[in-house]
Amino acid sequence: MSFPILSSLILLPTIGALFLFFTKDKDGNNSTAKYVSLFTSIVNFLISIYLWISFDQSISDFQFVEDRLWIEGFINYKVGVDGISILFIILTTFITPLCIISVNNSVKNRLRDFLIAILIMESFMIGVFCALDLVVFYLFFEAGLIPMFLIIGIWGGPKRVYSAFKFFLYTLLGSVLMLVAIISIYWISGTTDVVKLYEIGIDTKYQNLLWLAFFSSFAVKTPMWPVHTWLPDAHVEAPTAGSVLLAAILLKMAGYGFIRFSLGLFPIASEVFTPLIYTLSVIAIIVTSFIALMQEDMKKLIAYSSVAHMGFVTLGIFTLQQQGIEGSIIQMISHGLVSAALFLCVGVVYDRMHSRMINSYGGIVVIIPKYSILFMLFTLAALGLPGTSGFIGEFLILMGAFRDNFLVAVLASLGVILGAAYMLWLYKRVVFGKLVNEDLKQMLDLNKSEYVILTCLAIPTLFFGFYPDPLINTIEVSVSDLINMHNINLASK
Amino acid sequence: MELSILFLPLIASIISGFFGRYIGDRNSEIVTSALVSISAILSIIVLYQVIINQYEENIVIATWINSGSLDVNWSMLIDPLSAVMLVVVTSVSALVHIYSIGYMSHDPHKPRFMAYLSLFTFAMLMLVTSDNFIQLFFGWEGVGLCSYFLIGFWFKKESANAAAIKAFVVNRVGDFGFALGIFLVFYLFGTVNYDEVFQQIPTVVDKNLSFLGFEVKAIDLVCLLLFIGAMGKSAQILLHTWLPDAMEGPTPVSALIHAATMVTAGVFLVVRCSPIYEFSPVILNLITVVGMTTAFFAATVALVQTDIKKIIAYSTCSQLGYMFFAAGVGAYNVAMFHLFTHAFFKALLFLGSGSVIHAFKDEQNINNMGGVWRKLPYTYALMIIGTLALTGFPFLSGFYSKDAIIEFAYLKGNTTGYYAAGIGIVTAFLTSVYSWRLIFKTFHGEYNNKEIKIEETHESPLVMLVPLFVLSIGAIFAGVLFKDLFIGHGGENYFWSESIKFLEPLSTDHPPTWFLLLTPSLVILSIPIAYYLFVKNKKLPNEIASMNKPLYNFLVNKWYFDELYEVIFIKSSKKLGIFLWKVCDGTIIDGFGPDGISSFIKKCSIKANKFQSGFIYQYAFVMLLGFSALLTFLIVK
Repeated sequence: MSFPILSSLILLPTIGALFLFFTKDKDGNNSTAKYVSLFTSIVNFLISIYLWISFDQSISDFQFVEDRLWIEGFINYKVGVDGISILFIILTTFITPLCIISVNNSVKNRLRDFLIAILIMESFMIGVFCALDLVVFYLFFEAGLIPMFLIIGIWGGPKRVYSAFKFFLYTLLGSVLMLVAIISIYWISGTTDVVKLYEIGIDTKYQNLLWLAFFSSFAVKTPMWPVHTWLPDAHVEAPTAGSVLLAAILLKMAGYGFIRFSLGLFPIASEVFTPLIYTLSVIAIIVTSFIALMQEDMKKLIAYSSVAHMGFVTLGIFTLQQQGIEGSIIQMISHGLVSAALFLCVGVVYDRMHSRMINSYGGIVVIIPKYSILFMLFTLAALGLPGTSGFIGEFLILMGAFRDNFLVAVLASLGVILGAAYMLWLYKRVVFGKLVNEDLKQMLDLNKSEYVILTCLAIPTLFFGFYPDPLINTIEVSVSDLINMHNINLASK
Repeated sequence: MELSILFLPLIASIISGFFGRYIGDRNSEIVTSALVSISAILSIIVLYQVIINQYEENIVIATWINSGSLDVNWSMLIDPLSAVMLVVVTSVSALVHIYSIGYMSHDPHKPRFMAYLSLFTFAMLMLVTSDNFIQLFFGWEGVGLCSYFLIGFWFKKESANAAAIKAFVVNRVGDFGFALGIFLVFYLFGTVNYDEVFQQIPTVVDKNLSFLGFEVKAIDLVCLLLFIGAMGKSAQILLHTWLPDAMEGPTPVSALIHAATMVTAGVFLVVRCSPIYEFSPVILNLITVVGMTTAFFAATVALVQTDIKKIIAYSTCSQLGYMFFAAGVGAYNVAMFHLFTHAFFKALLFLGSGSVIHAFKDEQNINNMGGVWRKLPYTYALMIIGTLALTGFPFLSGFYSKDAIIEFAYLKGNTTGYYAAGIGIVTAFLTSVYSWRLIFKTFHGEYNNKEIKIEETHESPLVMLVPLFVLSIGAIFAGVLFKDLFIGHGGENYFWSESIKFLEPLSTDHPPTWFLLLTPSLVILSIPIAYYLFVKNKKLPNEIASMNKPLYNFLVNKWYFDELYEVIFIKSSKKLGIFLWKVCDGTIIDGFGPDGISSFIKKCSIKANKFQSGFIYQYAFVMLLGFSALLTFLIVK
């Protein structure tokens, strides 16, 4: 067997975290912890890039597969990537170092523990995106809750305990059903190996119930309307780096899960429940956009806009059109970059003024011009301006949706108008206008690390807006294979 | 060479935007103006090639989106239509760049301003040279973005910010239709490239779609959706409200974006899609109706406005209406001709009004002006030329294009056509009246400004006057020179070749002579009328206004569109947002969901707590009860 590159991707951050755990902080400013964690995460990023380069885009099979016996006759530790999962792995390894850099400015106490949480989290997330065994997937999926729970509960804002528990219980409750479903799949099919399950398929009569069980877990994680109310609370209380991880990566697990498991394992049930997904997605897009319009808290506004953006994602996945699914994946990657950047932008002003309220700002463009430019760029990406990655995702999704169902596409497109309204209004109230609050005059523009982070996020946002080929080429074969498989399954029903 | 037309403005924008701080204000101005001017000269060469050699080319720059059967390239399509637009865009843009050097001389953010102008030019060029609908959409949103930046350029002004957002969001409403139009095109044809779409038109002519239970002809729906996009960008009635507000931006912006180029993108779209529109007479009629309604509506509003820029803005709105009804009666080439001449005289009027505003130190109310024609002789003369051209005074450019529109509407020969021609003539008269009202109130009569002494008003510097002069040449001669080329009858070297499609060739008849003379005579007649009303007998307009108070208020308040929209859309959206947030999310979902469940569990556990009181006698009592119950049960059984 060749070098276990995926396992090393999963393990490396944990090793870094263990190392941090056993080092003592001598000089008091945690510089060792910072450098070690940054180094680990950057090495991990480089490995993932190597993975991307050596990945063969022309075949749809899983690659770099590792299959080890874990519990005889029950679970194998099986990991592997195809075109879809590889992008999420890269997103994870790309966002994590940026989070670690950003921690410098925002987290003041127990920095070492915070970094350990982030690194452990990275391990789990990568595990989620390359697990090829349902039990392994479930373990990683649920384990990811723990570091996030701690990040919100320990380093969060004043209402952190309420939010942390709401987040934890909400998502755990959804996932319990998924666990039940996984166990029943084992009893029905005799295996939890995803690749084998793809081949043998799951008996039609069980599909609907199993689909609903998986759905309950993914819907909460996405989050879809009406089980989205944990997200704004979690975001508001989470520290900046926590929000970034939550929005950029954690939410993507559900979208990924829908594609990999709901579509892949239960094609017939997916067809049955498409109207449900469409309805909830359209409601999410329109309702949360209206809610976002009226928010007074910047983080809450962006959190609600995330719900709307994820509404586009779920809509696109279940169109089962090439454009729809590819659009969804690109939308997820794009949202990962853009929402991360927007939360960081809020973090930048929060670190300086300790307020997230929109009305405590205004007119800061003169004081912090560099920040204003980058913030504008991400605002535009969030409202889906052509030339940014946000446009490619949204447009492809709607294009795919239109082929499947006119009405849904028309209603979802309304979200595009509302998106422009709430994002531009937010930007105007924060950045433009007269400078009323005198305290704002002491604000400093972006420091070096903030500048680096936001630029790192801006470059791919623009690059993929003008040239999305690298993304599309990576996923193209896997997506078309998924759709073919789906159609074959439907035909043999 | 062709690509440099496209990318020189982008380079200019990057230099000025990112390095403006290092190279200084003056250098930024020179670099941007020079690069855009080169681009303009190259465009003129390309147009010349197109005219002389029938040069056409489609240059593929790179691939863009390539998903499944969707295949979109970055490209530059050169054909007669885009060549004309190239010249209009780059030449007006170059002149506006130069003019801005003078106009913005007191502004602290010159490099940023120039960068936006150049970026706008780039986006507009992407729009006109696209060979597919999605790149068109890129340019479409791109120009909208630059317009947003430039309207809100003075970001400290609350009204400017509000106007900028309004412009963007109202345009997004149009874009919503436009995007759906593109989706439908892709759905029907499986491609978004013009030539492939246009080739397949005959195959879908008879196709019907059912939507919400309605049966619609697919092609009508495509045309309607694309036209909604065009209505937003070109400020047609219902979606026009952003254009007058957009006058919050600096005047050069109004000249470039909100008169000569961006707002004509909607007309361009309809003309570009003429191969589709030709198959949809229903929507063509709709376009005619919308166009003439806008033309008339905007002209009536312009009659009573007092802000010099808003008058010209409504005038633009009205002229765009003319272009649409030209397209609606199937005279796409005439629409393009009016677009072409309009770019010159409207830019001239805007820049001229900028010169006036500059002279009055940022005063825009024409009631606070007057009597300065001797002080501003060049501006005055140039504004007169612009006004003559706009009103269609014989032998200036507007005369050829506007009269051609009215003639073709008449020659169409059906009810809509006659109706449109009638409205066109009435509107032409109104246009003339409000234009001369502007001139007379601004330059004649007594000097009415209380804040600045008449001696302090001054003529603009040369850097502002030269562009005005160049535009005035265009305003005078563009009509007579390009008349045969643009709207001449057929012939061997028909200029538009394949870029504009007519199912049936346009009528070559001539309308009766009395009809031909009607508009010019009304236009000429309106000059003395306006002079009498606004210089000689100034009380009369006020008396008319006070006699017809309701009508006057209706016009001053712009037919109450803003108020209506405020109630229907803005207030109700806000209320809906609050309701969905506080009631749906808060009370219902959280109240019955997580919070409800957790408080329910808490209540239950408090109840359950009570069982563990710790008093032996209570436990013993319960045990006794249970024991006796069990015993009774066993005995009875």
